[in-house]
Amino acid sequence: MSTSSGTQPGITSVAEVQAALGDRLVDSFHKDDLWLRVRTDAWKSSMRTLRDTLGFHYFCFLSAIDWMPSPYGRGEDDPTEPAPERDTTIRQGYAGGSSRMQVFARVSNPVTHVSVFVKVDVPDDSCTLESIHDVYAGANWHERETHEMFGIVFTGHPDLRNMYLPIDFEGHPLRKDYPLLARMIKPWPGIVDVEPLPGGSEGGDEE
Amino acid sequence: MSITDRVLGDRQRLAYIASQAADSRLNVELETEGMTLNIGPQHPATHGTLRIIARLDGEQVVWAEPSCGYMHRGYEKLAEVRTYPQVTTLVNRIDWLGSFANEVPFILAAEKLMDVEAPARAQHIRTILFELSRIANVSLFLGDLGVQMGAITPVFFAFRDREYVLNLIEGATGGRFHPNFDRIGGLKDDLPKGWIAETKAVMKKLRTFCDQIEELLFGNEIFQSRTRGIGVIPRDIALQYGLSGANLRASGVDWDLRRDHALPMAWNKVDWKVWTHPDGDSFARCWVRLQETREATKIVDQLLDTIPSGPIMAKVPKIIKVPEGEAWVSTENPLGEMGYYVVSRGELGPFRVKIRSASFNNISVTPWVLRGVYVPDIVTILASLYFILGDIDR
Repeated sequence: MSTSSGTQPGITSVAEVQAALGDRLVDSFHKDDLWLRVRTDAWKSSMRTLRDTLGFHYFCFLSAIDWMPSPYGRGEDDPTEPAPERDTTIRQGYAGGSSRMQVFARVSNPVTHVSVFVKVDVPDDSCTLESIHDVYAGANWHERETHEMFGIVFTGHPDLRNMYLPIDFEGHPLRKDYPLLARMIKPWPGIVDVEPLPGGSEGGDEE
Repeated sequence: MSITDRVLGDRQRLAYIASQAADSRLNVELETEGMTLNIGPQHPATHGTLRIIARLDGEQVVWAEPSCGYMHRGYEKLAEVRTYPQVTTLVNRIDWLGSFANEVPFILAAEKLMDVEAPARAQHIRTILFELSRIANVSLFLGDLGVQMGAITPVFFAFRDREYVLNLIEGATGGRFHPNFDRIGGLKDDLPKGWIAETKAVMKKLRTFCDQIEELLFGNEIFQSRTRGIGVIPRDIALQYGLSGANLRASGVDWDLRRDHALPMAWNKVDWKVWTHPDGDSFARCWVRLQETREATKIVDQLLDTIPSGPIMAKVPKIIKVPEGEAWVSTENPLGEMGYYVVSRGELGPFRVKIRSASFNNISVTPWVLRGVYVPDIVTILASLYFILGDIDR
């Protein structure tokens, strides 16, 4: 297992990625794993560079995050009372961001076993992103799933049919503003049933 | 002068020419028309409800696609309205043949965010139960494999011997299929009395089972001709599609997360081997799984000898709030790499959980690998890729 610049196993150095990606790299974050954020217009070319220059040939997954906090909270509201006011300011996670939706993928180097997360902002108005199915063939299904669940359109994708839901299904279930209907119909009993841990209320046994 | 002229007699040569002529005539007259074959969703050879739509030209597949979604339960959405300890109940049901292994990466991700590490004893027992789920899961695969090719006996052996393993899991956790035994910071309970000796006896039985399967099935001529050289997935295709587990290692990629990732588990404390096969065909995938099952029994045996003493729970608060952050943990599950990307906002439940399941990636290669194969091979290739429906749809 080879690592660069004395970091932990499984982590490549930011400088190495910076050198390969140049100004396409917007931001990065390093903690146990390495997160990168690339420019939206350079998404596909950055993935290609990661694959061809840095040897990240293994495609692990691709998905998206909706950073807007859910207006329905945790689905524990009393349906008979008016919904409480909730803070819905959008706050992105590691490696920052400027849009509500972010697509992120994880790719690995099968020789050195180094992996990175690559995030990219998805423009709020158009909600489209370039497809990377011709860089990593496995991204095909992941993009289909992401399109179905988040409504992100991947341009150049051959076939964005629904994978799971019926063809005429309306809405994108993993968006935060899509209500979880099961919770709307029947309220959740809530967090009353917190299970006691073994060895008393404070935690584990101590010898 | 062709070779047939030299080795065949006159009569044979005439018969050969006649048959060639008949063949060419047939091919002209019976111009094959494309046909769409629908396998599933309730076909006995599809392990549940995966539906394959294949367009055929004669006996050959020209285009095939699996149709998923018959078991989509929306766990990623449901996890957003659950507390952290409640999520393990959901993720238990992703790969239902190796349930305990599903809980571990999620719990490890939560522990990583909380900066908690389970005590050594808990890590050790976790690893034992993890490997037991692997044995329970893959032994059923080995039995089921025969059924796909018309051999009935191995599946009875598999169900008989898997029962021993399930009894062990039930003995330790109380649940045969859905243990829900892993907790943030450790385990629910310690091992029961007499469990270690019993487990050792069962591991011996399972090694005999592996030997039996190897003799019954892997040496069988029919089995070999149905799997050797069929459904070949080369290394670069396997990598591109993100295949993992035995499917990746059967394509010659030496990568096992148990060995190559630094996880707070006990695999690095024992001596074991990662099996790979260079061929990438159906046989290689089955063979790697067989070796891994045997290897898993050895891992369990060694771990049983070295269980450290001490507590099984770390100090964690009664109501678990996970600090803000993002964490990813993946482990080498029976089906392949299973990982959870957990985003926390410092609340009682996760903000977003992305579940990366092995079968989803493993099955995404089928449109590629099924192109050009013959109809009966669809079943063996799917069997050798080994998927669990719940692991595809989540």
